[in-house]
Amino acid sequence: MATNEVKVLGSWPSPYAMRPRIALNLKSLTYEYIEEKLWEGKSELLLQSNPVYKKIPVLIHGDNKPICESLIIVQYIDEAWSSGPSILPSDPCERAVARFWAAYLDDKWFPAVKSIGVAKGEEAKKAAIAQVEEGLALMEEAYDKCSKGKGYFGGDEVGYLDIAFGSFLGWLRVTEKFNAMKLLDEGKTPGLVKWADRFCSHAAVKDVMPDTDKLAEFGKFVIAKIRAAGAAAEMH
Amino acid sequence: MGDEDVVLLDFWPSPFGMRVRIALAEKEIKYEYKEEDLRNKSDLLLKMNPIHKKIPVLIYNGKPVCESLIQVQYIDEIWPHKSPLLPTDPYQRAIARFWGDFVDKKIYDLGRKVWTTKGEEQEAAKKEFIECLKLLEGELGNKAYFGGENLGYVDAVLVPFYSWFYAYEKCGNFSIERECPKLIAWAKRCMEKDSVSKSLPDQDKIYDFVLHLKKVFGIE
Repeated sequence: MATNEVKVLGSWPSPYAMRPRIALNLKSLTYEYIEEKLWEGKSELLLQSNPVYKKIPVLIHGDNKPICESLIIVQYIDEAWSSGPSILPSDPCERAVARFWAAYLDDKWFPAVKSIGVAKGEEAKKAAIAQVEEGLALMEEAYDKCSKGKGYFGGDEVGYLDIAFGSFLGWLRVTEKFNAMKLLDEGKTPGLVKWADRFCSHAAVKDVMPDTDKLAEFGKFVIAKIRAAGAAAEMH
Repeated sequence: MGDEDVVLLDFWPSPFGMRVRIALAEKEIKYEYKEEDLRNKSDLLLKMNPIHKKIPVLIYNGKPVCESLIQVQYIDEIWPHKSPLLPTDPYQRAIARFWGDFVDKKIYDLGRKVWTTKGEEQEAAKKEFIECLKLLEGELGNKAYFGGENLGYVDAVLVPFYSWFYAYEKCGNFSIERECPKLIAWAKRCMEKDSVSKSLPDQDKIYDFVLHLKKVFGIE
């Protein structure tokens, strides 16, 4: 493989795998996308290029530069191809704010979204939903501050926090569908509702955002697996 | 307090706080250190970190920055000319961030399990803890520091846990040095620098603190 070729190992339902692809699209970079069918076993290339976690996404630049962890990959893309449009804000304070919210989404908010699907009992489910809604209220406020009246967290153009948050929209919509509820609501989070539509129809995003129905089918398959594993564990 | 002043809200045994102390010391930045009582958090802490309500919080130009890895990168970007912590090459930066993130994901939680659990659970935690340290030793290789010839981002992120090693060893009844001699040699090398030795509390003090916590939480 030539020294400047880029490969991305990903999996279509994974929000994390979307992130490097959006970043590469923003920089108008071509790359080879390799779909890992994780439920069928991990490829040799994946195990070799991410021996520590054995997870997607992985970006491989040239012959010998694997980069792992989706947000680290996005920052790498921004820095390695610095002549393209900037993904991280240029101001260090704004960068710290973008990184803070991306970490919050990954560490606290999205786990709460996932827990709605597998919550045991009404109380647990309600608590998870409350946490998700609280997070969305925070993100609405963050959007107001970061966008400064423009269309994205990054301002005029899709940026780091747009990518970090927007990649979760597919699963957020699936959760809304499964639970017959609206989490992104025009009444409560009007800015985010418009932002979500804008983000999903952006040229760099629309071909990598999975179709909600297809994701919902996959979601049922995953939840069934988790429940089966839980039941099996309880039987021992 | 002037707007240019740097304030750090911290808690003396926190390895996360120590990272920020090291970064500020490396950059020779004067700052006001404010010790927080975590059972009685100050209004300032709650105002500056309303989401997580946790230390460390770095306040500069009146604006808060939270989360230690973000703070260390911020410090590196605001004061880029002295002691750069992240490398300049994008790929090397990605590698440094990866290992910093690895330390964050693994070391604190595993260390915590070592001193809070017993029996099989503790043995499993010790085993995984050592495996993680060995991976880090592999990444260090023959370099003086993770940052190469100079102390860098990963060094600042990892070395605070060295102040907790004695406590882990006593509680877990094992020797980290026996399993990971290269890593201990690296830690001692870091401790020769003022920026590190003045930022880390004494290992005995941390052990006393752990014993106190065990009493408070009713852990044997």
